[in-house]
Amino acid sequence: MSGEPITLGQTPSQTAGPFFHSALLPDRGGYAYTGLAQSEVADAAVVGQQMSFEGTIVDGQGLPMPDALVELWQADAMGRYAHPADPRSSNAAFKGFGRAATDALGHFKFQTIKPGAIGDGQAPHLTLILFMRGGQNHLFTRAYFADETAANAQDPVLASVPADRRATLIASRTETGYVFNIRAQGDGETVFFDV
Amino acid sequence: MQVKPFQPRDWDSHPPLIYPEYKSTVFRAPKKPLIPLKQSLSELTGPVYGHESVASGDSDLTQCARVSADPIGERIVVAGRVIDENGKPVPNTLVEIWQANAAGRYIHVNDQHNAPLDPNFFGAGRCVTDNDGRYKFYSIKPGAYPWGNHANAWRPAHIHLSLFGPTIATRLVTQLFFPGDPLLPLDPIFCSVPAAARNRLVAAFDLSVTEAGFALGYAFDIVLRGRAETPMEG
Ligand SMILES: [Fe+3]
Repeated sequence: MSGEPITLGQTPSQTAGPFFHSALLPDRGGYAYTGLAQSEVADAAVVGQQMSFEGTIVDGQGLPMPDALVELWQADAMGRYAHPADPRSSNAAFKGFGRAATDALGHFKFQTIKPGAIGDGQAPHLTLILFMRGGQNHLFTRAYFADETAANAQDPVLASVPADRRATLIASRTETGYVFNIRAQGDGETVFFDV
Repeated sequence: MQVKPFQPRDWDSHPPLIYPEYKSTVFRAPKKPLIPLKQSLSELTGPVYGHESVASGDSDLTQCARVSADPIGERIVVAGRVIDENGKPVPNTLVEIWQANAAGRYIHVNDQHNAPLDPNFFGAGRCVTDNDGRYKFYSIKPGAYPWGNHANAWRPAHIHLSLFGPTIATRLVTQLFFPGDPLLPLDPIFCSVPAAARNRLVAAFDLSVTEAGFALGYAFDIVLRGRAETPMEG
């Protein structure tokens, strides 16, 4: 055999369908199974600025999506990811990963801490992954924070987004944290990334 | 630091975001093009769920929810490897699955299909791959179930799978189908996958996975995105 690299075809993505809760988020709905991830990403013991992070997901007709799943991935308050690829990897209990399902009104809510900047010129942000009935491929997006104006202005990812769509990636301040509404399609469509 | 990014999602392998025959895609998927994002530390990290996060019994769906008897239906073994595009095993990665019972009914509160629930079957399980990327589940062969997509629409028997891989860039949610199912060519979810890649979603009956006197075995390898050749700067 020559030294040709092996290239195997990627396994195709498929929708998560509407019935994922029992496996992926069993603590919601009283299923007899313990979930690995919850919508509470940080409890009061975690160092950092506590925040709720919530929003509503609507479809191209403006209808709320009652059966979507949001996954959240974030750095800690010092901008460190709990992963071996981050050389400053946090050894604290904060994992930085959560899951929240939308309710009947399309609303999701996390309780977490505000992430710090990771130190490569990007503004503080959350990574969000969306799954849903009808979602053939999961959608990646990011949430930035409205009160990080100076950092946001320097952020290379925000700069790569057409100026008139950037606002879809900015979470606005509420009394307890931030709100980040997601429009899957249509006017004001949220920016989704090809990661 | 030198971290190699991942190859892009191969859009010739994945279904289109909007596939009108699958009606729920029409208003739920973006119409504007996805914006390319250069992978940074945010994409080259992800949640780590190792062997400590699952119990050994979590991968046996025939026993993990047993109350008073074994669940009804045909016992199966589903086993295979999680590998990347370069043929490298993906060790220590979480695999989560969910499925209908033998009658085609999910435990989910929103599943209103008029078929019996099985008090001894929950239909969800998980495991973590070993050092060679191997995984194995015991379960009950799921039944087909009707859905409202079009007249007389039935989903072929399938198992939903969710995987992380090394970072969030390799995240994958997919479905496993069974060989020879007459519903496959009629299923818009299965058929939305480009023809050349469709068979990657069909498990193979495998006598070497089959356990004598106990359960038929199905082999199913899962291929995640692999690392690109050139490291990212940073
Ligand atoms: Fe299903």
